[in-house]
Amino acid sequence: MVAKFKSQYGSGIEPLSYLGQNYMVVERSLIPEILQVLRNEEEFDYCVDITAVHYPKREKQFDVIWVLYSFPRNERIRVTTRIADGETLASSVPIWATANWLEREVFDMFGIKFDGHPDMKRILLPDGWKGHPLRKDYGILQQDNEWVQINLGIESGQ
Amino acid sequence: MTDPTSLSPPSLETHVEAHDKTFLDANELVINMGPQHPATHGVLRVILRLDGEKVMGLECVIGYLHRGVEKIAEHRTYAMFNPYVDRMDYVAAVSNGLGYCEAVEKLLNVEAPPRAQYVRVILTELNRMASHQLWLGTHALDIGAITPLFYTFRDREEILKIFEKYCGARLTTHAFRIGGLQYETYEGFEKEVRTFVNFVRPKIDEYEELLTTNRIWLERTKGVGVISAKDAIALGVTGPVLRASGVKWDIRKAQPYANYKNFDFDIPTGENGDTYDRYIVRMAEFRQSLRIIEQAVEGIPEGPVMAKVPKVIKPPVGEIYHSIEAPKGELGYFIVSDGSTQPYRIRVRPPSFVNLQALDVMCRGAMVADVIAVIGTLDIVLGEVDR
Repeated sequence: MVAKFKSQYGSGIEPLSYLGQNYMVVERSLIPEILQVLRNEEEFDYCVDITAVHYPKREKQFDVIWVLYSFPRNERIRVTTRIADGETLASSVPIWATANWLEREVFDMFGIKFDGHPDMKRILLPDGWKGHPLRKDYGILQQDNEWVQINLGIESGQ
Repeated sequence: MTDPTSLSPPSLETHVEAHDKTFLDANELVINMGPQHPATHGVLRVILRLDGEKVMGLECVIGYLHRGVEKIAEHRTYAMFNPYVDRMDYVAAVSNGLGYCEAVEKLLNVEAPPRAQYVRVILTELNRMASHQLWLGTHALDIGAITPLFYTFRDREEILKIFEKYCGARLTTHAFRIGGLQYETYEGFEKEVRTFVNFVRPKIDEYEELLTTNRIWLERTKGVGVISAKDAIALGVTGPVLRASGVKWDIRKAQPYANYKNFDFDIPTGENGDTYDRYIVRMAEFRQSLRIIEQAVEGIPEGPVMAKVPKVIKPPVGEIYHSIEAPKGELGYFIVSDGSTQPYRIRVRPPSFVNLQALDVMCRGAMVADVIAVIGTLDIVLGEVDR
């Protein structure tokens, strides 16, 4: 499968493996097509997880990762792409319904937006909260003091 | 700044306005359930759109229990983060610990010694039973049957006693360490586990006698909260909920971890994907867990319980995804190591969070009282949903 992808998409895909787990680093522009092909042709029918990692020193600051599983093949694969701060990705809700909440969590925690998502808003933090906590520049004790003061009526949540 | 009372989505708010304008024609009603509601098993808020008693749709508002576990992980060493995972799904803390320890072990390329593996399986399966017992008791209570709660809590106590004797804690056990176990089992551990297995086997029949053919139970669960296998897979639902829809999939079999491949057990499945089938599947899982525990107690080898793990845990640079079959479904850990003593990023793939997303699909067209039954049957723990 990976060899086929490599010949078809060339340098846009870099198949890798670590500790026996396969993953591929895919260019952002190829993501919608690759995910669609993985779902429809390669039978990766279960989207296990969507998450992100923040690397503030890199030019493309974020890794976005899809963990996929195929029931017919009993196989896992991860798809990773690198995007800069402010760049968006196409939503994969039309491909896997489960992506809905997972993408919302990525948005909530990292501020990465997904185009075409039916309900792109925060999920774990309150709607009016400022900041995205899992970014590396967000301190562990940091909070949205203004929100806390207005909504909870206390000086600080700490 | 948003007022917390206006957290409902715009679509619903505009709907309420429309509702006021055409009061007499209105046939939809928006009702808020929770977050402080006894049947939500924690702090879950559900905004229901009703037509009479029929549910037209709903939206979950979650996050009330958000503690930022993933952020905390980035500021702790690998060993220091271990107790935190117990606090996510606090009724199945042992499973959480197993998944985390195994993921870090994979990164370090070490394997727990065989004796540790066996003890891990025994404790994890005991915890699966404790989790299912808590689920059964509270689920039946929600639907209106009070007795099962007393039965299951009586028997769950015996499991918690074993945990307490083993590691001093009953719920947030912190039973495992990266590389094996901290403690050797106590004197008479095997005997006590065997006694427990013999004690609890007839009790499971007792639970079933109360419910399986009970007319009220059948009325409240048959055909309620149906989800098809296709929908379940699309929504990423795992665990007993997926199996009750007829998908024979269990990570313990599909991609064995720990030493589950040494044990002989079946994967119970349902057919209809309704609340009743999920009940039947979980009841069957009790018995499969007992089978695994029996085999593990028989085969438990002598030897060390801790592998050679460096005092300072510094996994090489790399990323790994490792998942286990927790009582509620697929529990995964995605760990990124930058070669330092602290994880660069830990992502927890919580089964409850993903399963809860199916609530909307499962409740459409049902009666409002069935929402309670469906929340119960999903077996969610809000500590894990919100993390």
